[in-house]
Amino acid sequence: MELIVAIGIGVLTTCGVFLLLRPRTFQVIIGLCLLSYAVNLFIFGMGRLRLDAAPVLDGGSADISHYTDPVPQALVLTAIVIGFAMTALFLVVLLAARGLTGTDHVDGREH
Amino acid sequence: MGGLLDHLVILPIVLPMAAGAIMLFFDDRLRTAKAIINFGATALLVVFAVLLVIKAAGVDATTGATATYPLGNWPVPFGIVLVADRLAAMMVLLTAVLGICALVYSLARWHAAGPSFHSLFQFLLMGLNGAFLTGDLFNLFVFFEVMLAASYGLALHGTGLTRVKAGLHYVAVNLAASSLFLIGAALIYGVAGTLNMADLAARVPLIAASDRGLLEAGAAILGVAFLVKAGMWPLGFWLPTTYAAASAPVAALFAIMTKVGVYAVLRLSLLIFGEGSGASAGFGHDFLLYGGMATIAFGAVGVLASQSTARLAGYCVLVSSGTLLAATAFGNVGVTAGALFYLVSSTLAISAFFLLVELLERIRIEGADVLAVTMEAYGEEDEEMDEVEDVGVVIPGALAVLSISFGICVLLLAGLPPLSGFLAKFTMLSAMLNPDGLIEAGAVVASTWWLIGLLIFSGFAALIALTRTGINTFWMTMSDRPAPVRVIEIAPVLVLLGLCIAMSVMAGPVMGYMDEAAAALHMPAGYIADVLNAPLVVEVVSP
Repeated sequence: MELIVAIGIGVLTTCGVFLLLRPRTFQVIIGLCLLSYAVNLFIFGMGRLRLDAAPVLDGGSADISHYTDPVPQALVLTAIVIGFAMTALFLVVLLAARGLTGTDHVDGREH
Repeated sequence: MGGLLDHLVILPIVLPMAAGAIMLFFDDRLRTAKAIINFGATALLVVFAVLLVIKAAGVDATTGATATYPLGNWPVPFGIVLVADRLAAMMVLLTAVLGICALVYSLARWHAAGPSFHSLFQFLLMGLNGAFLTGDLFNLFVFFEVMLAASYGLALHGTGLTRVKAGLHYVAVNLAASSLFLIGAALIYGVAGTLNMADLAARVPLIAASDRGLLEAGAAILGVAFLVKAGMWPLGFWLPTTYAAASAPVAALFAIMTKVGVYAVLRLSLLIFGEGSGASAGFGHDFLLYGGMATIAFGAVGVLASQSTARLAGYCVLVSSGTLLAATAFGNVGVTAGALFYLVSSTLAISAFFLLVELLERIRIEGADVLAVTMEAYGEEDEEMDEVEDVGVVIPGALAVLSISFGICVLLLAGLPPLSGFLAKFTMLSAMLNPDGLIEAGAVVASTWWLIGLLIFSGFAALIALTRTGINTFWMTMSDRPAPVRVIEIAPVLVLLGLCIAMSVMAGPVMGYMDEAAAALHMPAGYIADVLNAPLVVEVVSP
């Protein structure tokens, strides 16, 4: 499982960084999306991967080892919300740039 | 217990949030009401910030007693804690002062140039104050994002092609940097198991050698995210363009945004990798030193080569950042104290300069900007000798005020005596040359000499470039009309410069505060103990 998650994060990051360096604004925003997915998975992984363990204490067991670390899950939730809002904001800037410059090149002009 | 002042530490965050949120309910047609609310909230923020500084300065440096505020009254390592030590309180005050000056300036014209200016303005203040006050790594990320989201809106305020083009790059760079921030914070959490800065600093010496590489990798990635904000050399190319494109009051407020990055680097490198952090002590200091030096060099060359005054101001921001980063790397109390003095002085001066630039643009002829750099190369002769009949023209009052303000700005930015820019640089240089105090002769390594040379060179470059700008603005483009400047536009500039002059006159007490702030930064044990033993605000009654 660790290997699959690691490969997944790696592939997402690679694609994200590649797209981020492309000259079209749409590619950049998709790249940023992929990068933020990779980051979210990475934060999740930093709480160690556990199967069949709840992050919330349910009173059934007092043994802490029966639970998974809840903090990274809370962090991921925050990061997802913030990343989503920022992507929406970037989309607005992207559309404004497209409208004002007449091109979707990140520098506002074709080379 | 129970008074408003018990909650003083959180007020600089809650107040702008409430004011910004309330203003969202008003339509933009009620701009006067918004302006009044915004002004009132920002003025109140200045009061709170002054109280916070008094509170922070009142405690003794050696025993610590940093003001803390556990959010939601959670005990410290488990909940988020706000921490107001001397450095944080000083930064909050600086933010509030810049805020009120930029706001007053914007009321003349700029606040009407786009929607929701006042709300965004308050949210930016909230993000800045939160970033300075928080004692939690992930909470720092959240406040960074609040600050950045507001700054995206403000950078685009007034729209126009240049702003949107620069804004696009700005947003993209900062979104990528935010990803790095998250990766760094997650790595540190994965190794140390805590996000509380004080708890983290206490745990770093105990981390196993096999995990140390991961921790340092996390800290390095986190550092890159901060250095993007601070505009360190290979990461700061977005900065001059964005700052030059932003409207004047926004750029004046942005002058402190780079300092957030510097603040985070200063705080974390001295807290987590300071003395007593075991094998990792001093991690990354070499990188900061050479990166800072490269930033100074790049900024100084940029200052000389800028064809527009706004860009010149942007490069001054880079020089200031580079100086602070390099000074941070020294890990010497005296240098840090000088750097803190320099931080306040240069931020005020650059902010005033950004406001002044727009006023200068109004009195100069078209194209003077472009000519400024190339004119000497063409050796242009003065061909307008037939206009000497204007001997009776009296310099209008506004123009005189503008030129005096500009002169003070030059002295501050170039670091010439007798103003605070000189005092700050002198303190830093003196501490660099005498690392063990004035009595013992300390060894000075080669990189220090390079840094000293660069610092002096950057001042010299600023002097050349600004003198050239001044000549081209005030002597060559004098028009018969009085300068079209309103009182509420020049007053903030005068207040900012007046504060710098006050800092020069009151250098003793101010420097005393900085010394104690630097001493506390270099002895993080007091900070750690204070934060970890932070009392709850109101004792929770057990059932």
